[in-house]
Amino acid sequence: MLKEIRPALVTFVALACLTGLVYPLAMTGIAQALFPAQASGSLIEQDGRVIGSTLIGQSFADAKYFHGRLSATTAPDPQDSSKTVPAPYNAAASGGSNLGPTSKALADRLAADVAAAKQENPSVRVPVDLVTTSGSGLDPEISPEAALFQVPRIAKVRNLPEAELRALVDSRIEGRDLGLFGEPRVNVLKLNLALDRLGQNRPRT
Amino acid sequence: MTLIGWTQIILFCAVVVALTPLLGAYLTRVFDGRIALLRPVETGLYRLAGVDPQREQHWLSYTVAMLLFHVAGFALLYGLLRLQSLLPFNPAEQGAVAPDLALNTVISFLTNTNWQNYGGESALSYLTQMLGLTVQNFLSAATGMVLAVALIRGFARASAKTIGNFWVDVTRCTLYVLLPISIVFTIFLVWQGMPQTLGPYVDAATVEGGKQTIALGPVASQVAIKMLGTNGGGFFNANAAHPFENPTALSNFVQMLSIFVLGAALTNVFGRMVGDQRQGWAILAAMGVLFIAGVAVCYWAEAHGTEAMRALGLAGGNMEGKETRFGIAASALFAVVTTAASCGAVNAMHDSFTALGGMIPLINMELGEIVIGGVGAGLYGMLLFVVITIFLAGLMVGRTPEYVGKKIEAREVKMAMLAILILPLVMLGFTAIAVVVPSAVASMGNAGPHGYSEVLYAFTSQAANNGSAFGGLSGNTPFYNLTGAIAMFLGRFWMIVPAMAIAGSLAAKRSVAATAGTFPTTGPLFVGLLVGTILIVGGLTFFPALAVGPIAEHLSMLQGVAY
Repeated sequence: MLKEIRPALVTFVALACLTGLVYPLAMTGIAQALFPAQASGSLIEQDGRVIGSTLIGQSFADAKYFHGRLSATTAPDPQDSSKTVPAPYNAAASGGSNLGPTSKALADRLAADVAAAKQENPSVRVPVDLVTTSGSGLDPEISPEAALFQVPRIAKVRNLPEAELRALVDSRIEGRDLGLFGEPRVNVLKLNLALDRLGQNRPRT
Repeated sequence: MTLIGWTQIILFCAVVVALTPLLGAYLTRVFDGRIALLRPVETGLYRLAGVDPQREQHWLSYTVAMLLFHVAGFALLYGLLRLQSLLPFNPAEQGAVAPDLALNTVISFLTNTNWQNYGGESALSYLTQMLGLTVQNFLSAATGMVLAVALIRGFARASAKTIGNFWVDVTRCTLYVLLPISIVFTIFLVWQGMPQTLGPYVDAATVEGGKQTIALGPVASQVAIKMLGTNGGGFFNANAAHPFENPTALSNFVQMLSIFVLGAALTNVFGRMVGDQRQGWAILAAMGVLFIAGVAVCYWAEAHGTEAMRALGLAGGNMEGKETRFGIAASALFAVVTTAASCGAVNAMHDSFTALGGMIPLINMELGEIVIGGVGAGLYGMLLFVVITIFLAGLMVGRTPEYVGKKIEAREVKMAMLAILILPLVMLGFTAIAVVVPSAVASMGNAGPHGYSEVLYAFTSQAANNGSAFGGLSGNTPFYNLTGAIAMFLGRFWMIVPAMAIAGSLAAKRSVAATAGTFPTTGPLFVGLLVGTILIVGGLTFFPALAVGPIAEHLSMLQGVAY
């Protein structure tokens, strides 16, 4: 057994340096050279300031913007650091609600949100992704149905024709990857940035 | 369920099957020492380590070498976790990890479990992620693979005293298999949008005028080996649901493939080494039957949604805890893949799955993750069930059972049972303790049967070295950190040592020629018998535990009961 100690130490140290330092550092160099934007987090800058990442959802609560998925992320309570408080889209502490299928808290939340959504747009069935939390709490996307569902509200607040907003949503739908993988979706941050531009370019009457 | 959903599932299976013989051929060459591309590097390392690559080891020395290798790994990772605040590459200024959490995390990564009682982005420095976790992702995977190969050699060799050299096997596995694939995979993942940077977390000024701190890091290099090595430990808390850890549905598909390819290829390595590839295909077929059945139930359950959702007129399935880009099909498939293998990465929150949808991952782990399984661990787990199956078949006809030319005798059957029985003992034993300890009950995140399922899932996942969780359970308490560490340790090593004993005893046996009385182990009869043995021996043990958890929950959901 003693004679295996030297191989154990040497082999471990060598392989640890190779896989734990050389490999990740070399990959960082290669990734930054080949795909600098992705490797740095797909950040979006506006006027020299980072306003977010295309891959990370951010909180939209204002009625004039398209809203993303519900987010169950939390942050430490400023009053008592042993507790947490809700902090939607906290990109430094990802996570889901972890509410189970027979959870009363989940059933109550769903019922309240569906009722609110129905008031906003009574004519269309409520899309499920609009009233459920995402797994990461940082889902950057919603389904096309969930985006279109919000068009009447935004049209009213922004005083824009619904048809124009629908066209905007349609132009922003990303299909399945390679036409097969995953689901069609709309990136909420990019959609809202385009929505703001739509307002700017239009001569107000 | 949709046609396009099933198309993704079938395509997934087809690609895995297509890659199996190709990778199987390559792996066989690597472990036979016929790939010599980096021979100078190898030779230098062996000389430094005082290893004679020509000298093979007895099963006991092989196992001792493996254990010593783990002692070194333990020291480094524990040291990094406790001292990370004093070390470089810590832009987010993470503090030292508490001793009980550090112990749990070290055992978790040494045993290829990657159970996470911490949140990656809020607890670990970049150095700990790289030199601590990435290293164990490689080495625990390499260990699993070489142990499977050692067991295969036991079946393949006749009248032999040795089963290979651990140091040579582990070096070759890292240099020729895990590292090259990870390099290519990392570049693909970055292209898809995964960060790979040592820069600090970024503060963004959001559109609505808030502040969002975006956690970053050397994510892609770790995720590549996390999937390929069926480790599953997330760089971020939300694991593969996090958009940075799984940016697109395409990255999701390739990540699922990477969980399965090496495990599937090892069945082919088995076939090649024992001289009949059909033996490998028969094992893969048995795995495939169990896999497809699991996917069908899980996908159906998630697409069907919960009663609460249907009552509100919500269509489109159970999207609670799931990501838009993956949808129902790719989330359900991922859940089954990650628990069929011992990966444990999640792209959706299993805790929010429907009762039946969440039961499938649970069953996968309770069976010992023998459907493809962890790299290596899956195959040696499956071969233990093969030993039991052959033994049962032998009892039926009253003849000493044989498998690939080896007589299966009392010693092998005893060792196999020893390994198989440890899982129910640990999984059910610790669950039984936890549900009567008040502080452990207080950790449950959900009430009713689901709270119990969270605890059952926790010990099942840890004993099976999976690492996925019903995440509502607050696992970072001294009780769960310590019991979990014990469960993971026993689940890994109590299985490995008997498996290696079988390898040694089989290698020493003479090879017997097949006769008319030999039970053929390449046909549908054997596959059916193997599946049946797995379900009866592995599954029936857990039926009462499941009845109290997911089954009771499903029935109460149908009655409209909420907790």
